[in-house]
Amino acid sequence: MAEPAHSLEPVIGLEIHVQLRTSTKMFCGCALSFGEDPNTRTCPVCLGHPGTLPVVNEQAVRFGLMIGLALGCTPAERSLFHRKNYFYPDLPKGYQISQFDVPLCRDGRLGDVRVHRVHLEEDAAKLTHAGASGRIHGAEASVVDFNRGGTPLVEIVTEPDLRSAEAAAEWARLLRATLRRLGVSDVNMDEGSLRVDANVSVRAAGQAVFGTKTELKNMNSFSFLRRGVEAEIARQTQLVGEGGRVEQETLHYDPQSGSLTSLRSKEESHDYRYFPEPDLVALAPAQGLLDEVRAEIPELPAQRAERLRAEHELPEETARLFAFRTELGDLYEQAQENLAAAPGRPAPGLRSGADGGDGGDPRIVANWVKNNLVPRLGDSEPQEWKVTPQALAALVALVADGSISQGAAKQVLDELVANGGEPAQIVEQKGLALAGEDELAGIVERAMEQQADAVEKIRAGNPKAIGAIVGAVMRETKGRADGGEVQRLVREKLGPPA
Amino acid sequence: MTAELGDILEHIEAIQALDLDGVEPTSHVAPLENVLRPDEPRESWERERMLEGAPDASHEGFRVPSPGR
Amino acid sequence: MSADLLELTAAQAAGRVHAGELSPAELFETYRERAASEDLGAFLWVAEEAPETLAGAPLGGVPLAVKDLFCVEGVPTAAASRILEGHRPAYTATSVAKLAQAGAPMLGKTNMDEFAMGSSNENSGFGPVKNPWDRERVPGGSSGGSAAAVAAGLAPWAIGTDTGGSIRQPASLCGIVGLKPTYGAVSRYGMIAFASSLDQAGPLTRDVTDAALLFGHMVGRDPCDSTSLDFPGELGEPSAERLDGIRFGVPANLTGDGVEPGVQQVFESALATIEELGGEVQQIELPNANHGLSAYYLLAPAEASANLARYDGVRFGMRSGNGDLLSMYEDTRGDGFGDEVKRRIMLGTYALSSGYYDALYGKAQRVRTKIAEDFREAFDRVDVIVTPTSPSVAFRLGERTGDPYAMYLSDYFTVPMSLAGIPALSLPGGLSEGLPVGVQLAGPAFSEGRLLDVGHALEHAVGFDGSAARG
Repeated sequence: MAEPAHSLEPVIGLEIHVQLRTSTKMFCGCALSFGEDPNTRTCPVCLGHPGTLPVVNEQAVRFGLMIGLALGCTPAERSLFHRKNYFYPDLPKGYQISQFDVPLCRDGRLGDVRVHRVHLEEDAAKLTHAGASGRIHGAEASVVDFNRGGTPLVEIVTEPDLRSAEAAAEWARLLRATLRRLGVSDVNMDEGSLRVDANVSVRAAGQAVFGTKTELKNMNSFSFLRRGVEAEIARQTQLVGEGGRVEQETLHYDPQSGSLTSLRSKEESHDYRYFPEPDLVALAPAQGLLDEVRAEIPELPAQRAERLRAEHELPEETARLFAFRTELGDLYEQAQENLAAAPGRPAPGLRSGADGGDGGDPRIVANWVKNNLVPRLGDSEPQEWKVTPQALAALVALVADGSISQGAAKQVLDELVANGGEPAQIVEQKGLALAGEDELAGIVERAMEQQADAVEKIRAGNPKAIGAIVGAVMRETKGRADGGEVQRLVREKLGPPA
Repeated sequence: MTAELGDILEHIEAIQALDLDGVEPTSHVAPLENVLRPDEPRESWERERMLEGAPDASHEGFRVPSPGR
Repeated sequence: MSADLLELTAAQAAGRVHAGELSPAELFETYRERAASEDLGAFLWVAEEAPETLAGAPLGGVPLAVKDLFCVEGVPTAAASRILEGHRPAYTATSVAKLAQAGAPMLGKTNMDEFAMGSSNENSGFGPVKNPWDRERVPGGSSGGSAAAVAAGLAPWAIGTDTGGSIRQPASLCGIVGLKPTYGAVSRYGMIAFASSLDQAGPLTRDVTDAALLFGHMVGRDPCDSTSLDFPGELGEPSAERLDGIRFGVPANLTGDGVEPGVQQVFESALATIEELGGEVQQIELPNANHGLSAYYLLAPAEASANLARYDGVRFGMRSGNGDLLSMYEDTRGDGFGDEVKRRIMLGTYALSSGYYDALYGKAQRVRTKIAEDFREAFDRVDVIVTPTSPSVAFRLGERTGDPYAMYLSDYFTVPMSLAGIPALSLPGGLSEGLPVGVQLAGPAFSEGRLLDVGHALEHAVGFDGSAARG
């Protein structure tokens, strides 16, 4: 029976693999590889040589627990490793050591999405295709590079709580920011340290039963994720709308063509024959360890965003920006703190408390960071930043107390971003002090003489012509004048309207 | 092969008739938990050494017929 | 001179070396020559020269035969399988390294059932091993080569592995001593895996004193093996001559039916000897032990099916195939594995497969729990459990190769101890129609000290003479 398309809702769950930033592999002491020559980070254990045995990486367990706890999960009292059995050249033992029915952590939540489970496993090796075309078909041989094999992975599986492709991409971004904040992974989708697969199905809106789901793999950017899920929702919606049935299959989304191709159908799906890994014993994290790990969890993006919204009254978008980009948020908060703690004068434009020390509208600093600093920082890495929170705070204060104009402040900011330094010194060195009335009077007069036609237009009833005069004054003062003050002087000199 | 397997299975499958509800399965006999290794790197093995004895090795890695052929 | 050397046990030889009466080099060469020229099929590889032995090394440089299951760096190691023909490991098994360090250098690699799967050493990819007591009979398996080598005086002592009886049963059939330790007591690192939760390395020796000496240098936690642990307490030299006050249990359901009359007779005479030495013998029940064989032949093949998945022609060993990926897997494994290995892989895959897991593998794991419980309860009432090691003496070559299940029955008495992870010792109890009969002593986890002591007393009282096999 065909379902009208408008009454179908999409149901999406995500499966995420995170490569951990440990020093060594999951089960052996080989260092992790970052683009080394092939097969230079291997040993008999990660090559699966006869007689070798795995030994669990302590730090990987800590990171796994940290992720689980940060996502609000309950850690298992006793979790087991299992063998997931299948044959492929990138799987040296012919099985992957993973976790099956008793994972490290389960039943958490991040934002609006419930997290079903968090577990540990090892990464497969890399198969590179030796054929000239680089494709699988037509190549004669492939070469296996085992450098990546054995890298520790955490797998995170959500409940199917997402209801749109946009929401899925957004949640994936939140997860990435959270994992980044924890410092457990590079979480770089390009490099493969963060991999997101989506399970997609559709059902009649409001129904409780799930439709058949398909799996979308290997989308290596948030944008591809969104578009791939959108494409699959559209495909399933149309199919069901026409009375067809969704087949359980694994699909690949090609962002260039926008097409979905089947990688594997249900008939070909594997029976992994999971059984407990006899070479490894149970993980039973002690309360002490859990407490230690929990104490290491910093304020996470979701929490920070909420705090900035509630306590700093920042708008949604700004709060999110500062929450997702940790160092930017730190810069903002430290500058804000700096400013609010400055003793003495409540400068105009800044809210002040009774003692002048607890005030400062955070939105002023926030806007400076978001609108002016962010574009100037561009793609640079936080460790490269030269502007300090103290300098930023001082700059905002200079503007607020009228020492420099907005225009001059932006020039100071350029210098701070390029070379660091102190705003007051930069103002002096570059002569950016606000042009005072004395200085301006003469400049305004001269500008009015030079822009006589503009003066005429103003007198003729076109007030916008003042812009040309203001512009001339600004150029003359190299932006040090306050635009409003210039206009006031011009009008004063013009005298009352005729 | 099939006949022998069938014969073996006949004997072994008798186990299915046992009522063992409520009995915990044993997956490990040694009374051990939390056996972990410090996250300290040591030298990996030389590539040449690890490629020795491989049935088909290029100078860089292990060659296999490509999947999908 | 040589003949005199051959009569020495390993401990005696070590003593002579320490006393300066014997050079390790001479000792090694004597055995090396015998091993290199043997006709039992016991050795797959023999060292060409004696390595240096540190002066004062506790084991005196007494050469050790090593089952081909143990990886030894640079030495052909194939687990007696064609699929690993020519494979030379890049590292040495921990237990072998420890023993070499302690002064027991490797004499050579002994033949075995392929991947430790068998009870007769007829499943080797490189030919069967013959029993030195009767060359038309099997030595038992899977450590048949090690057992035959020690029994025939081709090596003073040997190590083997035991998963369901593979040290004890060949020891029994060859008239020597074999010990399967408590699971976890000896590192498995470097032991080519068959069934990981059952495999253990152990000594095969002429007498209990040698077994204790060798075992003492094998134990200890290995950071490379997560399932290994330190042996609690001291392991002294066995010295008991009497068995007063020790309680022995004979499981009612593990004797009688299916046991050859000659074996039963030797067994009962051993029980009588135990009583003469002051031991108290009583009947006990191990109600679930009868299901041990079924549980074992589901669990072990299941683990093996995964352990043997790595033999795929990619990184080491043999590769076959016509150039496409699927045929690489199928032909390599089809050509490289023998029939018994293939049988067990199929059995194991089946036991784990979706829809069958609970009824087969899952059930077997629960039977395992019950058997372990049975032993725990029994050990509340007795100190040592006694059974025949094998239901029969050495059978003829070819006698059981057509009936795998009949072959599996060889493990009937040994499998329960493996499932429970408890230690068990086999020592010769006597002869039946000229062929050795072994008696098995089992104890609670980490009771090897007592088992060896009891074995020592029993051995002296029985006075078994194995010299006939040394020819």
